[in-house]
Amino acid sequence: MQAPAQLTISPRLAKNIRRNVKERIIELILMLAALVAVATTFAIVGVLLYESLSFFKTVSVVEFFTDTQWTPLFEDAHYGIMPLVSGTLTTSAIALAVAVPIGTVSAIFLSEFASHKTREIIKPILELLVGVPTVVFGYFALFFVTPMLQTIYPDLPSFNMLGAGIVMGVMIIPYIASMSEDAMRAVPMSMREGSYAMGATRFQTAIKVVTPAAISGIVAAYILAISRAVGETMVVAIAAGQQPNLTFNPLDSAATITAYIVQVAMGDLPHGSIGYQSIFAAGLVLMAMTLSFNIIGHWVRKKYRESY
Amino acid sequence: MEHKASVLENLADVRAMIKRHKRNDTLFAAIGLLCLMLGLVTLMLLFWQLIADGYPKFSLDFLTEFPSRRAGRAGLLSAWVGSVLVMAVTFLTAVPVGVAAGLYLEEYAPKNWFTDLIEINVANLAGVPSIIYGLLALGLFVYMLDFGQSILTAGLTLGLLILPIVIVSTREAIRAIPVSIREAAYGVGATKWQVVYDHVFKYSYGGILTGIIIGMARALGETAPIITIGALTFIAFLPPSPITTEPPFLNFEWLSSGFTVMPIQMFNWLSRPDHAFHVNAAATGALIIVVTLLMNGAAIWLRYKIRKNIKW
Repeated sequence: MQAPAQLTISPRLAKNIRRNVKERIIELILMLAALVAVATTFAIVGVLLYESLSFFKTVSVVEFFTDTQWTPLFEDAHYGIMPLVSGTLTTSAIALAVAVPIGTVSAIFLSEFASHKTREIIKPILELLVGVPTVVFGYFALFFVTPMLQTIYPDLPSFNMLGAGIVMGVMIIPYIASMSEDAMRAVPMSMREGSYAMGATRFQTAIKVVTPAAISGIVAAYILAISRAVGETMVVAIAAGQQPNLTFNPLDSAATITAYIVQVAMGDLPHGSIGYQSIFAAGLVLMAMTLSFNIIGHWVRKKYRESY
Repeated sequence: MEHKASVLENLADVRAMIKRHKRNDTLFAAIGLLCLMLGLVTLMLLFWQLIADGYPKFSLDFLTEFPSRRAGRAGLLSAWVGSVLVMAVTFLTAVPVGVAAGLYLEEYAPKNWFTDLIEINVANLAGVPSIIYGLLALGLFVYMLDFGQSILTAGLTLGLLILPIVIVSTREAIRAIPVSIREAAYGVGATKWQVVYDHVFKYSYGGILTGIIIGMARALGETAPIITIGALTFIAFLPPSPITTEPPFLNFEWLSSGFTVMPIQMFNWLSRPDHAFHVNAAATGALIIVVTLLMNGAAIWLRYKIRKNIKW
């Protein structure tokens, strides 16, 4: 007599195993897709660091942060990032000076004063405007806003930070208004009702109750808007000028970090040259600036969130 | 008598105060409306200006002519064909990967540090300036992987750029599906994938589509990352056609072809000193705005419809 030579697997069990294997494979594929996001972050940091390291072999870090000239493509090459940083900060500051007051007041109006119907119409329009491509805003800055400003200041150069900054501000208004409005809508109705019951007017309720309660969301909106303004490319590349210029005067023409990257990429720089590496070093500075603003923004929202 | 007078005086004070506060209220409402309109009307005026500036070029010829040194004859043919092909690559990469990642994060991912890492990454990527994606593509796709300055590189770059948008909207759409649906499917013996694909995914289709449309509209208007990879601005030829008359009817040479897209063509025309080219730029801008507004409008309308119709 022979012992049972092999284990026979019943067809049902076999089907079950096949099914389990298939389930595991699918899960693995989905996980790999999710990992693309992680890989992208690592690739961004990796590429920026790799090219920047070659750059910093030629240029000392001290020179990079202290030299007051940025002329990597000239015979007499200087590698001071500060002129680009000053251009970036100035245009962003102008944009915020325009967008923060108008955006915030619009948000308060929309959330606390406007009727339900008005809000239903305006809110989608705001969302629609957030999606307008930025190259179009560059056209407005160059051919519409700057000529208008030149009628006030006849000495204004046709490429200037003021016009670019204002247009960038107009561009960011819907963003701030929409995000701040979301934060204010999240404040519970009972707080408003409590305020009204004490005899407060709408204005008092909006300023003294709703805005303080929503302040974490509103400030986060500002900070994310700063990050957007700092990373904005096309408006400044088109309208603010291409000449690195260490100045905080909005009436001057000056290049930003992003405008410099565009300018170099438009030309035909050989791979591996110092000019090519310089845009990665500039990109690294830009990334560090926007990343810190983003982190502060998320932190503010989390830390100062009032819970009801 | 004296007491009564002081009460009356007090009452008058209070009335004056109420009046003042009500006046402040109306005043602020007016200022608020003004601010909102200032923003909206300025933008509307700017769009109107763009359309008015570009009006002379609105004709079919503009879409069927190649760019030219003479502004009057220059057209958008290579640019819009390039845009369509780049968008096709973007769609084919960002949509499967983004939806799959969204499904994983909502339905499969365990709660641990690893999932947290992925989530932080997605949130962070959404805030990275678009030009940084261009630098990534220049270093990685163009030189390390040697894809060159091609349609494939541009499509992949924009695909990565809109990936967070697709992931986030997929997750939001899935989150709206109640647990009871999943439990019912498990109850009749479905496997996890059957539940996820046949029920969760199919019911959240509309919401996912909304995110995809918004992402594609964003990709269409993006200029900075494509300039950074070094796309050419003067292209007077079309990439090889993806569909051929000979078997196997498909050809992939177009992926490695040089190209230009509409926003880059607009940027190029903008940077020329000759005013005649600025008219072309305005017409291109008007076209880009109309298309992106239509896409975003469709997405918002779709979301509104979904919110209204589905009641679990």
